[in-house]
Amino acid sequence: MRGHLPPFLSNATGFLPLLPLEVIARRLMSNAMAARPSFAARLGEYAGRTFAIDPVDCPFVFLIKPEGGRTDMKVVRRSVAQDHDARIAAPLVVLIGMVDGTYDGDALFFSRDLSIDGDTEAVLALRNAIENAELDPSTVLGLPKSLQGPVNRATRRLFVELRRLLDAPEENGPNSGANP
Amino acid sequence: MTTPLELVCPAGTPAGLRTAVDAGAHSVYCGYRDETNARNFPGLNFDRAEMKEAAAYTHEHGAKILIALNTFMRAGCTDLWKRGVDDAVAAGADALILADVGLVDYARKTYPKQRLHLSVQAAAATPEAIAFYRDRFGIARVVLPRVLTVEEIARLTAQAAPCETEVFVFGGLCVMAEGRCMLSSYATGKSPNMTGVCSPPSHVSYREESDALVACVGGFTVERFERGEAAGYPTLCKGRFEADGAVSHLFEDPVSLNAVELLPRLAEIGVTAFKIEGRQRGRAYISTVVRAFRKAIDTMAVGGKVDYDELRSLTEGQRDTVGAYKKAWR
Repeated sequence: MRGHLPPFLSNATGFLPLLPLEVIARRLMSNAMAARPSFAARLGEYAGRTFAIDPVDCPFVFLIKPEGGRTDMKVVRRSVAQDHDARIAAPLVVLIGMVDGTYDGDALFFSRDLSIDGDTEAVLALRNAIENAELDPSTVLGLPKSLQGPVNRATRRLFVELRRLLDAPEENGPNSGANP
Repeated sequence: MTTPLELVCPAGTPAGLRTAVDAGAHSVYCGYRDETNARNFPGLNFDRAEMKEAAAYTHEHGAKILIALNTFMRAGCTDLWKRGVDDAVAAGADALILADVGLVDYARKTYPKQRLHLSVQAAAATPEAIAFYRDRFGIARVVLPRVLTVEEIARLTAQAAPCETEVFVFGGLCVMAEGRCMLSSYATGKSPNMTGVCSPPSHVSYREESDALVACVGGFTVERFERGEAAGYPTLCKGRFEADGAVSHLFEDPVSLNAVELLPRLAEIGVTAFKIEGRQRGRAYISTVVRAFRKAIDTMAVGGKVDYDELRSLTEGQRDTVGAYKKAWR
């Protein structure tokens, strides 16, 4: 499957303890929300929904409720990730590529690299809010301005290489190598 | 080439607008976050403050901003649309894209110097219709429906002058006479004409079934994508149905318009503006498509050969077509 982590790595993520993962994920989400205060406003009435962000090549699912600028996030095993309004599922590197604008959500849907179910309106609102947020790695990591350029460039190179190794969908975003 | 060419690009969000401008758009089109524009999807569009900032950004970068108020006013509730016109003019719109003849009349009378474009939603596809809008309201440009051949466009363009013509060259392909299509309304009670949404996501659902993806609109199953089969938008016009014992896409396959190979001919016949569809698409799509078309236009201007293969991965159903321009449809 294109973009999927290799089985040994995918299986290895199953041994990750969920609590530290959840703490890190909450921190990253909190950084992003703090840097983009208009995010929840763009989500509008859908900010109260619970979204399951499902990296299909990992054994866990992120349950996110981005209500009112606060972030309620849980990381749970897929087998117990039932309580959500909408689900967005794709390989991990593809989901990250949607956040940073590398990929177009519709194109991923057309190519079947991404699937959705549940509240389609909420999914669309989330996708559009993320698109408008223009998140980059340094923003999500909450880094000071002086480090942003080098970190973004290094992360960019890392993900380009990773996506190539994983045979992920072709990149075509504003930050991709296709757009000098 | 007889006229200067304008690349008109979609902007569904402020970030999308900046991406389009940075990628080389000559002008961007966008709308307010309400039912006055025909892309009224959740999380999309601009509030009043964002629109002013968007206009400033666009102008600072030497581009134009075209604000679409291209749905039809609801009886007894016309203020929303009129306020949209007022705010768009105040925001610094280079042109308003309008469909409703009453709103065109309001805009012309209230703002005599404001440049007005006629939306594709107005479905003006005859010399008589275009002449009416041009002569009565001073419409400066008409966006032509995607149901005309190149030769029909050539004749219309000649007869529309001095009103300019704008044609779609890439993106989702609406195969109906826009502004008159009732399919979405029939299935869901909502339509691009009145509420700004075709196949509104509130009425769309997907489910996995025996390894296939099943898409439903308003309770109607419109498509079943088998495993590995490229998907398309969940619209009735591109649905796959059984009729007379055969299953097929009765109206149109889920494909995207890609008329890049026709750009030289369209320019030759006097079309002024090339429009890219996709306000609902992400920055990845916008940057790639806008750069590709800007490169194509610039290449064409110096007599070079245009390459358009790079656009295919972004197309609906992963396939493209020149649509009605060559009348290759069934």
